[in-house]
Amino acid sequence: MKEKARVLDNQAMSRSLSRIAHEILEHNRGTDNLAIVGIRSRGAYLAQRLAEGIKKIDGKEIPVGILDITLYRDDLTLLAAQPVVRKTEISFDITDKNIILVDDVLYTGRTIRCALSELIDFGRPKTIQLAVLVDRGHRELPIRADYVGKNIPTSQNETVEVRLEETDGRDEVAIVEK
Amino acid sequence: MKLLIKGGRVIDPENRMDEVLDLLVEGDKISKAEKNIKCPADKIIDAADKIVIPGLVDLHAHLREPGREDKETVLSATRAALKGGVTTILAMPNTSPAMDSPENVALLQEIIRRDAQTNVLICGAITMARQGRELTDIAGLKKAGVRAVSDDGSAVDNEQLFFEALKKAKEEKVLVTCHCEDRLLSNKGVVNLGFTSTRLGLRGISRESEYKRIERDICLAEKAKASIHIAHVSCKESVEIIAIAKKRGVHLTCEACPHHFSLSEEDVLDYDANKKMNPPLRGKEDVEAIRQGLKDGIIDAIASDHAPHTENEKDIEFERAEFGVIGLETMLAVSITELVSGGILNWPNLVRRMSLGPAKILGLDKGTLGAGCVADIAVVDPEKEWTVEKGGFVSKSRNSAFLGRKLKGVVEYTIHNGIIAYPFDNGICR
Amino acid sequence: MTWTRKDLLGLEYLSREEINLILETAESFKEVSSRDIKKVPALRGKTVVNLFYEPSTRTRVSFEVAAKRLSADVINIASETSSVRKGETLIDTGKNIEALKADILVIRHNYSGAANMLAEHLNISVVNAGDGWHEHPTQALLDIFTLKEKLGRIEGLEVVIVGDISHSRVARSNIWGLNKLGAKVTVCAPKMLIPAGIERMGARISYNIDQALENADAVNVLRMQFERDNEEAFPKQLEYFKDFGITRERLKRAKKNILVMHPGPINRGIELSSEVADGPGSVILEQVTNGIAVRMAVLFLTAQAGEEKK
Repeated sequence: MKEKARVLDNQAMSRSLSRIAHEILEHNRGTDNLAIVGIRSRGAYLAQRLAEGIKKIDGKEIPVGILDITLYRDDLTLLAAQPVVRKTEISFDITDKNIILVDDVLYTGRTIRCALSELIDFGRPKTIQLAVLVDRGHRELPIRADYVGKNIPTSQNETVEVRLEETDGRDEVAIVEK
Repeated sequence: MKLLIKGGRVIDPENRMDEVLDLLVEGDKISKAEKNIKCPADKIIDAADKIVIPGLVDLHAHLREPGREDKETVLSATRAALKGGVTTILAMPNTSPAMDSPENVALLQEIIRRDAQTNVLICGAITMARQGRELTDIAGLKKAGVRAVSDDGSAVDNEQLFFEALKKAKEEKVLVTCHCEDRLLSNKGVVNLGFTSTRLGLRGISRESEYKRIERDICLAEKAKASIHIAHVSCKESVEIIAIAKKRGVHLTCEACPHHFSLSEEDVLDYDANKKMNPPLRGKEDVEAIRQGLKDGIIDAIASDHAPHTENEKDIEFERAEFGVIGLETMLAVSITELVSGGILNWPNLVRRMSLGPAKILGLDKGTLGAGCVADIAVVDPEKEWTVEKGGFVSKSRNSAFLGRKLKGVVEYTIHNGIIAYPFDNGICR
Repeated sequence: MTWTRKDLLGLEYLSREEINLILETAESFKEVSSRDIKKVPALRGKTVVNLFYEPSTRTRVSFEVAAKRLSADVINIASETSSVRKGETLIDTGKNIEALKADILVIRHNYSGAANMLAEHLNISVVNAGDGWHEHPTQALLDIFTLKEKLGRIEGLEVVIVGDISHSRVARSNIWGLNKLGAKVTVCAPKMLIPAGIERMGARISYNIDQALENADAVNVLRMQFERDNEEAFPKQLEYFKDFGITRERLKRAKKNILVMHPGPINRGIELSSEVADGPGSVILEQVTNGIAVRMAVLFLTAQAGEEKK
């Protein structure tokens, strides 16, 4: 594993999230019926940060949930790499809400597909919008993000590593060669 | 026909012999054991680095014929015996029909005459159909040729009846072999009672069920002034009780089985029914006591308790599986591996426990290599290692407790009545 | 820690870490049962066969619900209707189920070691739903899960198991599991119902329930089957209730918040009084709920490991 490039540092990441918060508010015309759901594990932290960003701008608390998509994966064997199945925590009714689904990296689109299936089992949101910190391309499903922190063109033998204060001790995004 | 076995280490405790010698066999007899015999022979066996011992005498085997020829026959069992260096077998009476009448014994004698590849002696039943209710005609059985009586597999619970049997057997000079088990105490158990039975969730067979019955049988034998032989001693207390009785002068002999001095109850933790037998594998202390008993001579003989069963009777739930394991083909190698290599017995003592001792218990003129004796001989490579495999058995059954085990000691030749009977394809077929 | 066993045969064979992994996984699965749509697609397309040689409604239903909440297909085979009566061997029955391309075989059998035997002969996952007097691992796991949920820990807890220990697979699995997680286990029964060598499994023995309950954080009350075995020594029903029955009077002398557990089905007035069964310390129904989460976790983990091994 060789690190090839540092594409976002902590300031750039903070600016991106702040911009996305503005865009979400603009697009949804405020915070009414708005809720954020992050995908475990890094998406959950990003969701929390977006909610804080929105509160800074608009002064309103919006509900935040966490989705663990392990049980919706279509490939049991890949799960072996996953240490433990964690809980999904959505303590509010998602029906008729505008849900902002948050993940760190958008790649093939399969994770988002699983997340959509699971979300829909919780109720019938008015809309589901997707926010990601990084879109690295190579989609295998017809899925696109509504809010993107940064588009980073990559090759298949690279991975994008998002590191967050909460999990990795610092905020940055790097491209790493497999 | 002259057979010369050259340069082997000849071990014959009866004649205080343990040295590298040549052994000459003429006809069915051993004619001399000397250094460098120069004599033309029809066949010469090079026994350099090999051990030459009297053929083994197994006091306890179930040949299953008549009745369960799918498990074993006289032919298949005696071929298995030859592969294991065994040349004399005492066949247990729990056949179908049981050996409880002179007619049934005659029937088996006929089969033996036709098929047996080794000496086979018959052990008659003590009670009719081994039910423990009515004594058999022990005098009649003796006339038909039985050497011993036993209800093996079952014990004779009725004391009075057993006492009668002991007196009768004494009159007729037949050996009484006791299967010592108090079934009220063994309580339908399937493994040793204790931590193992509790851990496995299985019914346990207590040690008391064995040694309390041994105590009773010794007591009755003493009262009847008869001699008895205790089969398959498996626990520490039994060895202690037997030692005390022997010291007191009771006419008493006993045997232990290879699985009881080489495996313990922990070997059955995987529910392998090939390690299910009665008496069961016991604790480590018991294994140690059996080994010590063999060393001290309190235990007179090693017997196989060869008990063949089909795979259908073993590859089922542990509690439903039959009791018993085969042993004719492994008894010598297990004994070499565990006892000789383990420093428990030297070679002369091993011969005492496996050939000479059991022959004396049966009152046979066997178990020795003296000039003039019948030539029943095993030539053994004591160092050669082999692995016990399902496909390697001559017996019709494969229910060995030693499958997968690496053992030391291979029988190269078994000579029976002066003829090389094993290997089977030696070109000098009878 | 990753789960690598295709089978779950007993808690004796598991490490502390493996038991904790099942418990943690079960916590996540418990949330699924609280949703409106109590179903996740994790085992979609997998087939779970419940092969039951002993009548058992609750364990079978619990496994069935667990499998269905994971979207697996479930087939139930009971011994009355199977070819068992026609003399087919257990291994043959197992191989036939494997040939149907089932993925997990859940087995309940009256003979100890039946699950071990199937696991050895089959490539598919085998989950022991109780074998003879040997083990009932999922029951013990749900007992431990409930204890942990209620008391926040297992380490250092004092747990009393009272009843017919000799014939109890629930007791054996609980002793193994609780010991591995650092709890102190006392088994309490009349002498004739304490099996030989149980202390070597890590249980203390008591013949006096009042003494045993003194410092207990929880008491697991086993079902007493007085109809069990005519041939064996067994206490008289009334005598047993007098000496070992769990009553409100008895619990008054124990710790105030002592938990009362029971693997079910309960015999009111035989091993515990109705007041206790319905009382404040009783977590008997919560055990049933938790059983589903625990079995979902077990099915999920074994299926995943089975998939790896294919």
